[in-house]
Amino acid sequence: MKVAFHPGCVSKGACPELYISATKIAGTLGLELQELTEAPCTGAGVLSEQNPELGDSLNALTLAMAESMGGTLMTICSTCQGVLSSVNHTFEKKPERLEKANQTIQDQGYTYKGGTTVKHLLWLLFEDIGVEKLKSVIKRPLTGLKIAPFYGCYILRPSDSLGLKERPERKTYLEQLIELLGAERVDYTGSGKCCGFPMLTFNRDKSLAMGGNHILEAKEKGADAMVTPCPLCHLNLDGQQPDAALAISRPLETPIFHLPQLLGLAFGFSPEELRLDHHVVSTKKALEKVELKV
Amino acid sequence: MKFTIEVGRYNPEGTYADNAVQGEPYPAPWSSSPPRRYQTYEVDLPEHAVVLDALIAIREYQDESVAVRCACRSAICGSCAMWVNGHANLACKSKLQEFTKDGKTRVESPPSMPVIRDLVWDMKPFWDNHRRVTPWLENKPLPPPMQEYVVSNESMEELIQEVTCISCGCCLMDCESFAVNPDFMGPHALAKAYRYAADPRDAETHERLGEYSQHGGIWDCTHCFECVQQCPKGVEPLEQILKLRRMAVDAGYTRNAGTRHADAFANSVKHSGRLNELTLLPKSVGFFNILGQLQTLPSAFNMIRAGKLPPIIHKTIPGVKRIKAIFDRVGGRFK
Repeated sequence: MKVAFHPGCVSKGACPELYISATKIAGTLGLELQELTEAPCTGAGVLSEQNPELGDSLNALTLAMAESMGGTLMTICSTCQGVLSSVNHTFEKKPERLEKANQTIQDQGYTYKGGTTVKHLLWLLFEDIGVEKLKSVIKRPLTGLKIAPFYGCYILRPSDSLGLKERPERKTYLEQLIELLGAERVDYTGSGKCCGFPMLTFNRDKSLAMGGNHILEAKEKGADAMVTPCPLCHLNLDGQQPDAALAISRPLETPIFHLPQLLGLAFGFSPEELRLDHHVVSTKKALEKVELKV
Repeated sequence: MKFTIEVGRYNPEGTYADNAVQGEPYPAPWSSSPPRRYQTYEVDLPEHAVVLDALIAIREYQDESVAVRCACRSAICGSCAMWVNGHANLACKSKLQEFTKDGKTRVESPPSMPVIRDLVWDMKPFWDNHRRVTPWLENKPLPPPMQEYVVSNESMEELIQEVTCISCGCCLMDCESFAVNPDFMGPHALAKAYRYAADPRDAETHERLGEYSQHGGIWDCTHCFECVQQCPKGVEPLEQILKLRRMAVDAGYTRNAGTRHADAFANSVKHSGRLNELTLLPKSVGFFNILGQLQTLPSAFNMIRAGKLPPIIHKTIPGVKRIKAIFDRVGGRFK
């Protein structure tokens, strides 16, 4: 299956392990990734909030590029997914916004007709690749590993633009996936909550407490590790975890896997190939549960 | 149709029925809220019944000790806001069929708010924050005009979305910023703040925007969309907060991390098409904010040690000219 691929800035920046693991597992899943190397940053909601027309235009350009490549755009970031879904939804409800954005990008040789479907890898797994295909490529079931899901806000809310009203099962894909890969899922209340990253620069202590509380809850429910489809959540939950532990005065030490890393482990890739040795919080203890070393 | 309802009971006198099952403690940041005792009731109601129908049926015919607050039963008064299956909802608007999960529906007062008894919670935090935003129009210091102020339809259309707020508290009880930061004014109050700041009759918009830009105001929202998701009336409080942010920046309130963050973000995307994470954080914190910069050092060091340092030489995407041209055309203050 051919898809246009928007890796997002963070997977090319502070979370290179995400880009590397995503491109590795794509082949196993039969995904042919056509990377949108000329697509801009989505603005992560920051640009749209300050200047909606700018956000519309930049994202219309990306959506138009994907449209010319077949019309299915894959993301590996909840935030990219949320922003692109939201822009697409706005264009559908308010055609005048699309028209205005098109006036801007037409000078650059692009027009967006409104025909791109934006799907996170997590959604593609269940809706396009299929559970049977997924099961057929599992070489190393993650038996014995207890995993807590962590979605990231922008792949869950607002539900209108993300199509969750039509497909409420999207709210359960991570839990389903953890079990399909042979691991044990850990249920806790924080799985759909905010990691605190958007507030990190405005209100550092509260941002760290927010993320720290969710890790603590997952840990107390028995999680060996957490998995997230959002690299921004990863930056707060893994990158800032030592500081978050200080902020809530509790030890945390819970590794955070990117979604493609968890898939990759079950597909038989080594921890090094998936760069599980490049996390702030060591993945060693969790990997030992599935008899792997890093 | 048979429905099973689990009611989270709380009795300040500490007496409970024998079949009330002790619930688990709430996780942080709500650990101080008393764990509820869950009592199960079976009700027989039409398939279109809502959660409030079940609660009234329980109170009227099974257990008169269940405390529930309600009035209009039509999603107008906002008094029956509570947690239904762990999220803020109006009991009178939540269809039982839709909210039946694993064969039952769990209702409780939200642990994010002080509980009074059973499903009745104290709205003090809601109203205390509401008052902080000066929720009324400030007149110009002139004698009242001889005739009423004439306000254009267009200018009021902007405010209609917020005017539908029924002050039920759904947004605040699930607000993730408020959960960890009691100083945060909250989505309800800031949405109300927008309603007055954007009203052409208000004479103190500039002063308001200054107040809302302070600690606890518009920049302390974490942008999680919980309030948009939970609002039963479509107010979309987050959208109103974002409008206030734009108004505040336009009015010159730019000496804050939020504005620095947006400026650094835009500058990076304009010049390279991508986000430069290496410079975003220090620019957002502010180069002269020595304490703030020092606070970020340990995590920066941890990231470097793990090999997660963003590339020192920030790469520009091919075709960045297009991005610059878009900024030149519609970039506004980011041009």
